[in-house]
Amino acid sequence: MLEYVLAKYNYWIYVVLMMIGLYAMMGKRNLVKKLIGMNIFQTSIILLFVSMGVKKGGATVPILMGDGHGHGEQIIQVADYLNPLPHVLMLTAIVVSIATTGVALATLILIYKRYHTLEEDEIMAIRKEAAAYKTLGT
Amino acid sequence: MSDQLPALIIIAPLLGAFLTPVIGWRYRQFCRPWALMMLAVPVYASIGSLIRVISSGPFGYNLAGWEPPWGIEYRIDHLSALMLVLIAVIGLLATINAKAGISTEMRGKEPHFYTLILLQITGLMGIVITGDLFNIFVFLEISSLSGYGLIAHGEDGAPLATFNYIIIGTIGASFYLLGVGYLYMATGSLNIADLATILPDLYHSQMILVGFAFFTTGIAIKMGLFPLHFWMPDAYTTAPNSVSTLIAPLMTKVVAYLLIRIMFTLFQPEFTISIVPIATILGWLAVVAIIVGGIKALAQTDIKKMVTYIMVAEVGYIVMGISVMNRAGLTGAILHIINDACMIFCLFLVIGAISYKGHGREIYHFQNLNKKMPYTMAAFVIVALSMCGIPPACGFFSKWYLIMGTIAAKQWVFAITLLGSSLVNAVLFFRIIEKAYLAPLGGETHGHDHEEEIIARDEAPASMLIPIFITAAAILILGPLSGKIIAAVIQHAVPAIF
Repeated sequence: MLEYVLAKYNYWIYVVLMMIGLYAMMGKRNLVKKLIGMNIFQTSIILLFVSMGVKKGGATVPILMGDGHGHGEQIIQVADYLNPLPHVLMLTAIVVSIATTGVALATLILIYKRYHTLEEDEIMAIRKEAAAYKTLGT
Repeated sequence: MSDQLPALIIIAPLLGAFLTPVIGWRYRQFCRPWALMMLAVPVYASIGSLIRVISSGPFGYNLAGWEPPWGIEYRIDHLSALMLVLIAVIGLLATINAKAGISTEMRGKEPHFYTLILLQITGLMGIVITGDLFNIFVFLEISSLSGYGLIAHGEDGAPLATFNYIIIGTIGASFYLLGVGYLYMATGSLNIADLATILPDLYHSQMILVGFAFFTTGIAIKMGLFPLHFWMPDAYTTAPNSVSTLIAPLMTKVVAYLLIRIMFTLFQPEFTISIVPIATILGWLAVVAIIVGGIKALAQTDIKKMVTYIMVAEVGYIVMGISVMNRAGLTGAILHIINDACMIFCLFLVIGAISYKGHGREIYHFQNLNKKMPYTMAAFVIVALSMCGIPPACGFFSKWYLIMGTIAAKQWVFAITLLGSSLVNAVLFFRIIEKAYLAPLGGETHGHDHEEEIIARDEAPASMLIPIFITAAAILILGPLSGKIIAAVIQHAVPAIF
């Protein structure tokens, strides 16, 4: 069992991180903790993609020597090079996740300015109170 | 020039979005004409693409000249061309409509609004046009992120609703990305057409099955399919009216398009019919979505919130049409994507006009509104008739095909749910129409014969009325035209096996 886990440890780490992230998003009542959970969740997927392209045994980055017109290029052994595509995809995914975090943080600032708290329960209580005042007023 | 149409569809609004803040820096009043101009280009280009698809069949566009399996390919077939026209036209009309709305709801933030709305439309059209799985994820996030930014500008509860939407929307997009990852691990390709030829040999691989499960779950979250709809009513109700007018009709429909793409283009129909039990799961979820959406809509007194719950039910309609897996059902689903986008768009336009004139959104605020805003309320009646499925309006035709599909599949519960939902819609809308047209003029006005003349006409401005008229006319015209639309476009979009 232990060998089974160790042989594919990268996938296990991905699963564990993902579950931590999901738990934080679903279980925590503090909005910042939810946001941190979201970041862990996204990072776990990045880890999956990055480890997908890795090869063991001295494989390196695919920089091919040549003059760009097909001359002077050696025969390429696939096993010698990492797969760069998942890594490039993840550059885009990292940008997306940074943008999402930025928008979420900006929203949190808005929420804090309005309610002076980031606990979901307290915000709900404040909103309920405000709604009650509104109905009393009309 | 006409060869470059697919690139123009994306580049014009994207470039427009980048330059809008630059223009808005000094000349705020030029933002609006600039945005309208940049949105008129995709309307022209997408109609041109639709005409080309109808006359000479689907075509591709290799971005920067890279060949498909390696480069990103824009692929335009009948279904995507139809969706492009829908998004481009609704995007342009929503931006025309926004003029008066943002002057009260987002005063001083016009450049922000036009930038985000251009990005939103870029993202939505990108999802439809691209033939690359990862590129779909990027466009999905472009449209979602600009949507978050726009919704957060709304009324009291908007920031909290936005935050919940960000969390749940990111889970949906991440699940989609995981699906892409599993498929890439198994095949080494990201191009949809390429994958469609590789995948049939791997249909029984567990990796592909898990990938498909992640795809459908992620899409169901983004689409707001019951029970993953809980973010939708809050987000769309609290958003500014000019924003929900654009996002609400398009976002769910584009993601429904993505579901059809994944189920019938990326995976062959044999896979989705016989290998995974997806039809049964989606079908019954759709039944529950229609019932719950209807009941929750009946419980609302705020009309905007009521419409968002109607949307939950409408997503159920589309998914039900997909899940019966026959020609009539899928035709109905695609037709309903178009019709429902028009109907929900028109409803939000009407709500926007009523709110702009300072009337509340509760049902009792509608009393005698037909005298104050006769044209707006006339459009509302047309949408209401279409929602209930009264023949000349377009809602009848798509529902007809959907019901035919469920009968052909011998799913009697589905058919009864569809019919029952039309009755619920009738109740929902006629209680508002009754309030507006038939309610007496206040409680203590007996004996005052001249009371009617006191209510002055106070109609919405032309920038709001023109989109309302165009959409209401479209609802009436699309119905009789639906036979032609099916013959020219939709019948080619349905897989040949059906």
